[in-house]
Amino acid sequence: MKALVWEGANELAVRQVPDPKIRNEQDAIVRVRRTVTCGSDLHLLGGYIPFMERGDVLGHEFLGEIVEVGPQVRNHKVGDRVVVCSFISCGKCWYCQQQQFSLCDNGNTNPAITENVWGSAPGGCYGYSHALGGFAGSHAEYIRVPYADQGAFTVPDAVSDERALFASDSAPTGWMGADLAGVKPGDVVAVWGAGAVGQMAARASVLLGADRVIVIDRLDNRLQMAQTHLGVETLNYEQQDIGAELLERSGGRGPDVCIEAVGMEAHSNGPQLWYDQVKQQLRIESDRPIAAREAIYNCRKGGSVFVLGVFAGLVDKFPLGALMNKGLTLRGAQQHGQRYIPMLLERMARGELVTEHLATHTMPLDEAPRGYEMFKQKLDGCVRAVFQPTS
Amino acid sequence: MRWLIGGAVALAGGMVARRLLGGAGRSNDQWQRGQARRRGPRWHVATVNRPAGDVAPGGQFPEPLAGLGDAVEIQVRPAAGGRGTEIAVRLRDGARLPLAAAARRAAGRDPEQAIRAALRESKQLIETSEVLHPDYPPTTESTPLNKPLQMATRQGRREGRL
Repeated sequence: MKALVWEGANELAVRQVPDPKIRNEQDAIVRVRRTVTCGSDLHLLGGYIPFMERGDVLGHEFLGEIVEVGPQVRNHKVGDRVVVCSFISCGKCWYCQQQQFSLCDNGNTNPAITENVWGSAPGGCYGYSHALGGFAGSHAEYIRVPYADQGAFTVPDAVSDERALFASDSAPTGWMGADLAGVKPGDVVAVWGAGAVGQMAARASVLLGADRVIVIDRLDNRLQMAQTHLGVETLNYEQQDIGAELLERSGGRGPDVCIEAVGMEAHSNGPQLWYDQVKQQLRIESDRPIAAREAIYNCRKGGSVFVLGVFAGLVDKFPLGALMNKGLTLRGAQQHGQRYIPMLLERMARGELVTEHLATHTMPLDEAPRGYEMFKQKLDGCVRAVFQPTS
Repeated sequence: MRWLIGGAVALAGGMVARRLLGGAGRSNDQWQRGQARRRGPRWHVATVNRPAGDVAPGGQFPEPLAGLGDAVEIQVRPAAGGRGTEIAVRLRDGARLPLAAAARRAAGRDPEQAIRAALRESKQLIETSEVLHPDYPPTTESTPLNKPLQMATRQGRREGRL
């Protein structure tokens, strides 16, 4: 079959790879109809995650049709149109039963790597390096889905492929950030990053009853998108004083909830960008936590900060003093999608959650390297590039 | 950017090497609470999200653990807070020279590695009724740069902090 593979840092190619096979009785094989770039892929593409091998298939946010099921798959049959959670979880371990699905004990076939690097192993993830199991990604014609009854969700007829695609990762990730950060009616919420995950976190905050939701970015087209499609306020950090604006818009308190949806390659218009880039290139730190620092600094006393952006390792100049002395609650997680996807599909069916606008560019899989280049360089207003491996 | 990947792989390789040279084998743990600390085989402990009766029905552990035979000592007790059942395993034969152990571990012939793999696989069998396999055939190819990673991946269930 055809797939988009990682050939080395900033090198991608579409080439033939072996078809996936049923390896466990709870597996399904899905024919991929739509699969989409994610900002976290750029960390893999750029070589910031050192657990990739030449030939690894990228992609973890996708939708398709089941073409084969293992003998222990009970909830799905051949022909089902499904959206699949990007994280692989068994549904049976203690973490899954606490609905912390991305922490699954059994979803990662290479637990030693992350146990050594992070202290414990999270679950597996499609197309996200051998640290998270080495599972082939979704930028391919077909993909193997382990624990299919747990991770694949039948899409209601009322929800289009274009909309349901984002129930795989962006929407549940964003919703989880708002939910676990404790957004409640009356809150002022600030979201750093107007990519798909940031937009979904902002929309979730609105639906959870936040009084004001403010999205921060430097790209006007994304901020305009957030205003138009989500009905939220926006700030451009290249043109506005973020700290002053947030204070003014929150009665001088600061936002109750601050959501970081940027990750380890954050930008800034200040000298801290150069500082972090130099340290990152010298391997003195692995991640640039610029937005996380700002979220902590600007959050109100006693407020809540949630890290949704993907980080891999160590950061420098982390404002632990602000965190401690302001009594903040800091949380982070990869998405516990199985907890939210059914509810999100229902909201999509009711029109409460729209996502089609995120797919700014749609193209065949053959053009995926060009799609990633557009996505990485933000060319032509690209927010997400969607690939169609099969029609 | 290749040099960045190379450096990161080297860093990861260094962390694995540190483990191989004994970092994970030194710790004692609460399983031996109350006993004097001494250098010797440690308990490897996994918590299974099932009641004790499901862990070894009829006194029979799942094959990966049962297959370790008399070489190991196995203890089972309820986990605190309703988290299921703790299974603890350690080698019966205590004294081992650290350097010899490190050499066996690097060669993939360390019995502690077999214990880790057996514990992880038994936990999966008890909780999910199967052991999750990696994708096969792989889509990747070997390069000089990814040899350390491939080595680490091959030891995926036999190493780590368990």
